[in-house]
Amino acid sequence: MSGGREDTAPAARPRRKRVVLADSRAPVTVLRTVIELEEQTSWAEEVVRGFIRTQFWTAVRLAGIVVVVFGSLPLVFFLVPELSEVSVAGVSLPWLLLGVMPFPLLFGVGYWYNVLAERHERDFVDMVEK
Amino acid sequence: MTLNLWAVAGIALVGLATFSLGFRSSRLASTTQDFLVARRTVRSRRNAAAVSGEYLSAASFLGVAGLVLKDGADALWYPIGFTAGYLALMLFVAAPLRRSGAYTLPDFCEARLGSRGLRGLSTGFVVLIGMLYLVPQLQGAGMTLHQVLPSAPTWVGAAVVAVVVIVNVFGGGMRAITVVQAFQYWLKLFAIAAPTFVMCALFIGDGGVRGLDATGLSEPLPPRFTSAAVVRVETDVVVRVDESVRPWASGRIDNAPANGHSYWSAGTTHTVEQGTELRFAAGESVPVVEGAPTDNQSWLRPVSGSGDLLTTYSLILALFLGTMGLPHVLVRFYTNPDGRAARRTTLHVLLLLSLFYVFPMLIGALSRVYTPELLVTGTTDAAALALPMKIAPGLLGQILGAVTAAGAFAAFLSTSGGLVVSVAGVLYTDWLKRWFRDFRLASGIAGGVPLALALVLKQGDISMSIGMTFALGASTFCPVLVLGIWWRKITWIGAAAGMVIGGGLVLAALGVTIFSRFTGDWAPEYLQQPALVTVPVAFLAVVIMSKATQSRIPADTNRIRMRMHAPDRLGFIRDRDIARFGSAADRTRLANGRHRR
Repeated sequence: MSGGREDTAPAARPRRKRVVLADSRAPVTVLRTVIELEEQTSWAEEVVRGFIRTQFWTAVRLAGIVVVVFGSLPLVFFLVPELSEVSVAGVSLPWLLLGVMPFPLLFGVGYWYNVLAERHERDFVDMVEK
Repeated sequence: MTLNLWAVAGIALVGLATFSLGFRSSRLASTTQDFLVARRTVRSRRNAAAVSGEYLSAASFLGVAGLVLKDGADALWYPIGFTAGYLALMLFVAAPLRRSGAYTLPDFCEARLGSRGLRGLSTGFVVLIGMLYLVPQLQGAGMTLHQVLPSAPTWVGAAVVAVVVIVNVFGGGMRAITVVQAFQYWLKLFAIAAPTFVMCALFIGDGGVRGLDATGLSEPLPPRFTSAAVVRVETDVVVRVDESVRPWASGRIDNAPANGHSYWSAGTTHTVEQGTELRFAAGESVPVVEGAPTDNQSWLRPVSGSGDLLTTYSLILALFLGTMGLPHVLVRFYTNPDGRAARRTTLHVLLLLSLFYVFPMLIGALSRVYTPELLVTGTTDAAALALPMKIAPGLLGQILGAVTAAGAFAAFLSTSGGLVVSVAGVLYTDWLKRWFRDFRLASGIAGGVPLALALVLKQGDISMSIGMTFALGASTFCPVLVLGIWWRKITWIGAAAGMVIGGGLVLAALGVTIFSRFTGDWAPEYLQQPALVTVPVAFLAVVIMSKATQSRIPADTNRIRMRMHAPDRLGFIRDRDIARFGSAADRTRLANGRHRR
């Protein structure tokens, strides 16, 4: 799969290509800031570092929710064993908490992170393009 | 269980379908360009099905149901952890890893930290994790075939799966093509969901627990045999008796020959030796293998002691953080066009896995009522296979059993295939290429060594051995990936120290556990799941050693970090093959959508 890539690639047939001097779709400003980012000026470095920090703490906070919820469950079951005598709709409460609740929670947190991370990325692009 | 021709046919069909589908699609995408670039136009939904198809292994398909049958509520942490691992992957790894352009874990280590030595080390751990993960898959295959074809010894199934996978890789038929793996997911979902629905309906039709005269799942009594049962003990086992029983036995029990009726009083334990046959009458209570809860009330209750509490936390940690260390999963993320798509794929994976895990849990609970005889021998991994015949003796049960057996084989084939391909790929590019020009040698090693191990090592519970592999992933690659992506000051020396110390500790625990299994099971239980200690130690080692070697921070750190984190729209993503073959979008347009698979 990853072996012998170079050896097996056949010589590609030359293809007709469209040659343009500038792509009108890409705004000039993006080009300039992207170059600045690429060149790693001190401004760019600071901006990127701030952005990474935002993304990181978003992830940590959301992971924190999951860790707190799941981390407390075993402790609660240990300290309050009577909990397993409670039953909701014929199913014992711990089984609902362990067998059903975690999955919507995980998906919900994942969805939320997706929204937040994409929003941060949009904000970053907007800021850079300005 | 008697010979089930339906099941044999089902298994053969799955093998054939996998082979032909893979073979056909690998012909359609046969050049390196097709293979590398076309794959990256795959939509996130199909890609997610492919990730799940490759990920849902024997541990998910059989192991979860088996552990729920044996351990009850505590076993529910396995499906939670198997799913939550993807959330951790999504939060901390998915998008940046995709943007880094790294294809495998060694690629990432080299690209981020610029050290050939670290690359070699991580190659070693990838190979180790892949092989350790393969062993329980192959053992599970052996067990499944033995269930379906009682005359076949357990090594046959393991050998069949290993050979099919290796031959497929030889023929290029299992190049982890997305469509094959996606097909495997839906096949597995069907193979577990459909029988579960039918069996639940039959259970309710039987009048539930009361209609069967079984022990209620919340009563403080051991489960009872709902019909007369014959139990053949295939490895020595210690059982605990909670309520006195009078089994008929032929063989050796408690170091004395037994032949005829014996009396086991309440609260005693008995050692039943290999080759013994036990017969129980209907309505008798079930002696349970030592170490598992004996009565249904304690089975229903999670966490019964402080030892349990620590083991549970250790398991949660290993499963949450171990997924990102699995080589066959990470390779799949390269199929996404960009970082954003990688995140969306992971979100879909969370959904697909949640959907799947409902069913093994239900099967586990149902088998507590219908197949308690598995508790005597402790071979509870067979629950999903044995349940259909008990719940519906006759043709319906045979067909349901055939469907689950075929699904189980799909699980073995897809996971083993993905693992062999990724281990062989790493093995070949990093170690063997210098001496051998033949990729087939690498795949032979990647499949053959685990097969040998599977035959030599004693079989534990599938999900538990998988847990150890997750612990290894969590203590080696998780710190390197997470800190490599988010921490500026990591150095290759720090990363190597973390991998060696974390991995070394897990391997030591594994060695002791295996050794104790051959010499009378004396190892304490926390050694079976050491992540609670090893993961923090590995993280600490990376941080401390990196701090001590700050002069070794790679010069291009800032550039790489920007490439990993900058939004895709800015266009910093650099792939080896985009540079070589043009971007994915261009290729699709040029190819008239032929490769939109």
